[in-house]
Amino acid sequence: MTAQNTKTAQTVASNVVPFAEPVKAVRDSRPLRLITCGSVDDGKSTLIGRLLWDTKAVKEDQAATLRRDSGSQNDLGLPDFALLLDGLQAEREQGITIDVAYRYFATDRRSFIVADTPGHEQYTRNMATGASTADLAILLVDARAGLLEQTRRHATIASLMGIKQFVLAVNKIDLVSYDKAIFEKISHDFKELALSLGVRQVTAIPMSALKGENVVYDGRAAMPWYEGPSLVETLELATTRSAQAGGFRLPVQRVSRPGESFRGYQGTVAGGSIKPGDSVTILPSGMVANVSRIVTFDLVRNAAVAGDAVTLVLDRQVDVSRGDMIVSMDGQPMTGLNFDAHLVALQPGGIEPAKRYWLKSGARRQRVTITPTSQLELSSGKWKPHHETLSMNAIGKVHLTFDEVAVFDPYEQNRATGAFIIIDPDTNNTVAGGMVTAKRTDLGGIHRDGQRVLMSLPADLADELMASEAFAARRDEVDLRRISAARAADLFGEIE
Amino acid sequence: MHIHTSEYDPHSKDQVAKPPLDPHLKALENEAIHIFREVAAEFDKPVMLYSIGKDSSVLLHLARKAFFPGRVPFPLLHIDTGWKFAEMIAFRDLMAEKYDLDLVTYTNPRGKSEGVTPFSHGSALYTDIMKTEALRQALDAGGYDAAFGGARRDEEASRAKERIYSFRTPEHRWDPRNQRPELWNIYNGMIRKGESVRAFPLSNWTEVDIWRYIQAENIPLVPLYYAAERPYVERDGMMILAEDPRLELLPGETVQQGMIRFRTLGCFPLTGAIRSTATTLDEVIAELEIATVSERQGRAIDRDQSGSMEKKKREGYF
Ligand SMILES: Nc1nc2c(ncn2[C@@H]2O[C@H](COP(=O)(O)OP(=O)(O)OP(=O)(O)O)[C@@H](O)[C@H]2O)c(=O)[nH]1
Ligand SMILES: [Mg+2]
Repeated sequence: MTAQNTKTAQTVASNVVPFAEPVKAVRDSRPLRLITCGSVDDGKSTLIGRLLWDTKAVKEDQAATLRRDSGSQNDLGLPDFALLLDGLQAEREQGITIDVAYRYFATDRRSFIVADTPGHEQYTRNMATGASTADLAILLVDARAGLLEQTRRHATIASLMGIKQFVLAVNKIDLVSYDKAIFEKISHDFKELALSLGVRQVTAIPMSALKGENVVYDGRAAMPWYEGPSLVETLELATTRSAQAGGFRLPVQRVSRPGESFRGYQGTVAGGSIKPGDSVTILPSGMVANVSRIVTFDLVRNAAVAGDAVTLVLDRQVDVSRGDMIVSMDGQPMTGLNFDAHLVALQPGGIEPAKRYWLKSGARRQRVTITPTSQLELSSGKWKPHHETLSMNAIGKVHLTFDEVAVFDPYEQNRATGAFIIIDPDTNNTVAGGMVTAKRTDLGGIHRDGQRVLMSLPADLADELMASEAFAARRDEVDLRRISAARAADLFGEIE
Repeated sequence: MHIHTSEYDPHSKDQVAKPPLDPHLKALENEAIHIFREVAAEFDKPVMLYSIGKDSSVLLHLARKAFFPGRVPFPLLHIDTGWKFAEMIAFRDLMAEKYDLDLVTYTNPRGKSEGVTPFSHGSALYTDIMKTEALRQALDAGGYDAAFGGARRDEEASRAKERIYSFRTPEHRWDPRNQRPELWNIYNGMIRKGESVRAFPLSNWTEVDIWRYIQAENIPLVPLYYAAERPYVERDGMMILAEDPRLELLPGETVQQGMIRFRTLGCFPLTGAIRSTATTLDEVIAELEIATVSERQGRAIDRDQSGSMEKKKREGYF
């Protein structure tokens, strides 16, 4: 075993399944889903390879293949752990990761699904693919390089996609002589970035993925100054995303009519819970019915909760078809023709304003036009006004405009009913992923030549104005934000 | 045929309530059912590839669950090379009858017309013709636009890269460098005529998950998965079942007897057995949990070299 020199009896006993003993990962929770991300060559695949190796997820025949394929890629005589992940010919030839690899491993405390994502900017779409389902992100930084633009891009995408727990892996610490000051500087920079993204849970760990220090085994021998947890200890304590808050949601995938006497609505519960007797609304039609039965293969169930794949039977004939959403009477999602969203453009053509795309969310697919309003500038972390095409890898704020009523929750409240993908009707490819932030009120109404006025007022004066009857009568035509005086000054500066 | 299960029938009157699945398996089951329903709803003519092995058995069970109380709304397709274990074929026909399934079997006519066998053509070429080419022919003949498969990402490094909806060109090719992004559980099923999608509901399952699910759900399996006294010959470091009269002994080979079983099932001349005393599910799982080699070890076609699976998949293998 290559990690022999650094492992201590204690960590082994508590974290690692000893070789050739039964793997009995605790199954009382679903697996933790995590991703590695960061810039090219920071060591993401090596880290996951090392993690698999040290948790004994690599079988003997696979280890033999790895040794054979590794050649002599480093002077430490260690195998090239990245080859456990980089399974495509093109990846092996170029020594980079192109697409996400999903791997599975377990410690005696829990099981994990890890997505190793590519660092190369060209393949950001594949990083987004991995991030969309993750509970936690490991952000790698090469200790010699510090934070790069790609680190910021990945951290931003991960946080927009709702990942609230980050592990910062300051990797290749062996190449900077295990310098504590370097680790602290990078940790400090990263925590600032994370805070600006609203992520508070950050664990920073100095690491050598290649040598396996602070991955599964501790790195005390080389870094006596670090007393924090190893990566695996951190992962074992991380939390899976809790069930979605809010009302019942069932996007209808399929209507089941095996015979005249049975009509059931099949789908996966996307939020809340339901039991027979509950009243529900069908959206977008707004019709109302009661649940008479919850049917599954095993037994007729007396309740269903978020995540369950079920078949609902209603107590009356109502018109329900694929793409509709069955929801609880109170705490309903938003319905409308106009929404605001965050969007990540994933393909070379970008996202063009005024083009008609397909949007798919849950089981519903409908036509949409996308109007970009701003784009994130990665270097400053600021949103800059932007109304043109969002080019590949851009992160933007957009307006969505539908021909037919759409149904969403804010992504912050419900990942399943707030997420969508954009499909280009010309290529059928998935060209963007998006997260709904809010419903847009219709800002139409009466105004001369399409003109609108932007005012910056003291808050008390604005309150007085809004109390007036004239204002109240046309409240729905007004777009109102409360911001600080300084921010207002900034904004007006930008407009000029 | 003896089938290893105390067949649990959820719809009989005197059912004993089955303990609920643990959250880990439940999450995997829910995900698989979701995928089944999505494909069935989005595509015109789906089909399920049924290879009779343990993964296919789980896949079939999940399909029945997904569409209950309705029938499985698509046919099952078995690519029969003509060299499967006899017990597999018997089991296949039994399942089709028992569960009222539409079973389609297909054999590449070149097998007969050109005498293609694992012995005459070597494992690689044989697999190419009798499995990969046969699959392409069968999918074209049926005009299927979506095909479910039981592949798992933990099986092999290029599988670990594959999407749940794996897009294929009209020539059935997989382009691993240009896969569609696949975010959340929102699958893009939009294709043009002639193109198709392979859908993998078991993508996130591991071998241990499969066995634990089989146990929890009492899923019937081909008995070859359980150890028994069986005749075999040793060839190329593999133990080959010696039951089929078409297996000719080479000089120096003798038929031996021993307690053996199989971790995966395919064509009998290309599938190696392992020594085992595991005659029950519990014992199989216990053995698996201490296994130090992977399940692909026993398969001649996967051992050629790193990257051989990717190559086969690019050519339309599933
Ligand atoms: N010395 C040292 N080298 C490392 C360490 N981690 C990774 N490397 C080396 O860095 C190189 C790149 O590693 P990869 O794991 O392929 O990097 P990656 O982040 O997965 O790269 P992409 O996926 O292409 O973005 C390899 O040569 C590794 O051996 C480390 O901790 N110390
Ligand atoms: Mg990599």
